[in-house]
Amino acid sequence: MPVTGRDVNLALKDIRHNLGRFLLTCLGLSLLLGIVLAMVGIYRGLILESLGLVRAAGAQVWVVEGDTRGPFAEASRLPGDMRRVVAAQWGVAAAGGVSYQNVEAQHRGRTRRLLVVGAQIARPGEAPLVVEGRPIQRSRYEAVSDRAAGFALGEQIKLGRDTFTVVGLTEGLVASGGDPVLFITLRDAQKLQFDLTPAAARREAARTSGAAGTTDTVNAILVQLLPGVDAKRFAQDIARWKHLAALTQDEQETVLARSVIDRARRQIGLFTSLLLTVSTVIIGLIIYTMTIDKKKSIATLKLIGAPDRRIVGLIVQQALAMGTISFVAGAALINAGQGYFPRRVVLEPADAATLFGVVLVVCLLASALGVRTALKIDPASALAG
Amino acid sequence: MAELPIVEIRGISKHFGEGPARVDALRDVSLDVFPGTVVGLRGPSGSGKSTLLNVIGCILEPNSGSMRLNGELVYDGKWLRVDLRGLRLEKIGFIFQAHNLLPFLNAWENVAVARILAGASPAQAKSRALELLSYLGVERRKDAMPGELSGGEAQRIAIARALANDPRIVLADEPTAALDSQRAGAVMDLLRKVATERRTAVIVVTHDEKIFDRFDRIYSLRDGAMEAPHPQAA
Ligand SMILES: Nc1ncnc2c1ncn2[C@@H]1O[C@H](COP(=O)(O)OP(=O)(O)OP(=O)(O)O)[C@@H](O)[C@H]1O
Ligand SMILES: [Mg+2]
Repeated sequence: MPVTGRDVNLALKDIRHNLGRFLLTCLGLSLLLGIVLAMVGIYRGLILESLGLVRAAGAQVWVVEGDTRGPFAEASRLPGDMRRVVAAQWGVAAAGGVSYQNVEAQHRGRTRRLLVVGAQIARPGEAPLVVEGRPIQRSRYEAVSDRAAGFALGEQIKLGRDTFTVVGLTEGLVASGGDPVLFITLRDAQKLQFDLTPAAARREAARTSGAAGTTDTVNAILVQLLPGVDAKRFAQDIARWKHLAALTQDEQETVLARSVIDRARRQIGLFTSLLLTVSTVIIGLIIYTMTIDKKKSIATLKLIGAPDRRIVGLIVQQALAMGTISFVAGAALINAGQGYFPRRVVLEPADAATLFGVVLVVCLLASALGVRTALKIDPASALAG
Repeated sequence: MAELPIVEIRGISKHFGEGPARVDALRDVSLDVFPGTVVGLRGPSGSGKSTLLNVIGCILEPNSGSMRLNGELVYDGKWLRVDLRGLRLEKIGFIFQAHNLLPFLNAWENVAVARILAGASPAQAKSRALELLSYLGVERRKDAMPGELSGGEAQRIAIARALANDPRIVLADEPTAALDSQRAGAVMDLLRKVATERRTAVIVVTHDEKIFDRFDRIYSLRDGAMEAPHPQAA
């Protein structure tokens, strides 16, 4: 980049001459770039949050309904007694049935969406790391809630026809949609499921299965293996059972990332490219007007004998300065406002660096119009009037 | 005058447009300008004065003829030198009717920038700029922005910029048009001083009859053709 010496940098001097307009543009751009950063951060937060729930389950193998990749990416329903069958397999240290259901609960006059996890006491799938209070100990009517739900310890919550007491709190456990997680026992969860099913559907279910006890279904069976047992091999063995499928923890995380996160990635990718396009247009227009305003100066510089690379440098440096200042301001803005976002924002240095690189490329693209205009300016036009 | 001319023009022609719209701005113009002289170019509006100055400044390509600057044949039916901007930077200083200072640089920076473009270090360029400003008597305005300068001050800064790289040729297109007669006289005195002290060839386009007596020679253009020169009685 040609710079005309520290004392007389034309790009910076010209910026200083039009400082107000330049900074206003930077302010607008920094908001745009801040939004881009926030979206990328929300996306990262989304991944962390949704994987968080899957990781917190503490399983090595997820046994689900045959021919599905459940329970997050696809619906999966298994008879509850399969848990005992799985637990009896060679190599299993512990197995627990779990259910997941989205529930709306009334709390202090407001409707709250929750992901209710039904899990068995002291089995895989129960609430990990209770930060306040205690884990669920009684088989009925106790709940462990995530802090994000806003429930206090000891508070009573009505779900379906039953009332639960919050006995413990977890932190940072939300569903991929952002709903806080609430743990209850599997038995309570099955009852809740039954209560919330419309009466007609309930009769239908009872008629087709033809037997009582059909409410004992789970969405997945979480398996912890004995040390030295290969999860992949174990999953393959389970999959030989026709009505069962099994995913290792790694596979489950990949499936989740693909299905749940891909959509978010596409949406966020779309908005990000839209915002970057808008930024390009704004930078391009401002750099173009700044170039038009400098027409006479540029003609004079050419007339004196400035080579084209000086002129190009002048314009490109201004575009890069605009991008850099806006990016830094935008990043500072997001950092300062991180706590005020409704979703978790995770700013990773690598993401920020990539975006900064993209912004620099955008600046180069945006300066093309100005550069083209500047190169076409006739030095003789400096003489006129 | 035993010295070789710095500007040597032979049979230069320049026309704009073709067919019925064709304007012959210069017709077979020849001209010699020697070091240390101040030469005037006069003529009615549209007679081709600016066109001639632009050709000498290597800003405008003529259609035919030849031109030698400082002994170097730069045009002979076509440009013989690729780096015309480099030539301008080193050999030619321009002074405009409107001073054309860069509005975003202060007075000394406007002078220094020409020097920096020619490859000088910023410190060197600054000291040269301050030296020129004091030579032209505007040193105390060195930190002023162009918008804060009077017309006469701005024109002197512009002259300082034209002199920044010690050019062999100074081209001025109506440099006094925006000035009152007293300041116009002062500017002409400065150009005279530059010519005498630095052996520069100074070519000034002017309408201004008040300063006609300041030139060593005056050339008159009419419809793009040169009329017989008027040697000034010294
Ligand atoms: N770029 C151009 N395109 C077309 N015609 C031009 C161009 N430049 C100059 N001319 C024409 O060439 C002729 C000479 O113009 P020039 O500018 O040299 O006149 P001048 O003597 O400087 O006039 P003035 O005293 O008004 O400045 C004029 O008829 C003008 O219209
Ligand atoms: Mg003219």
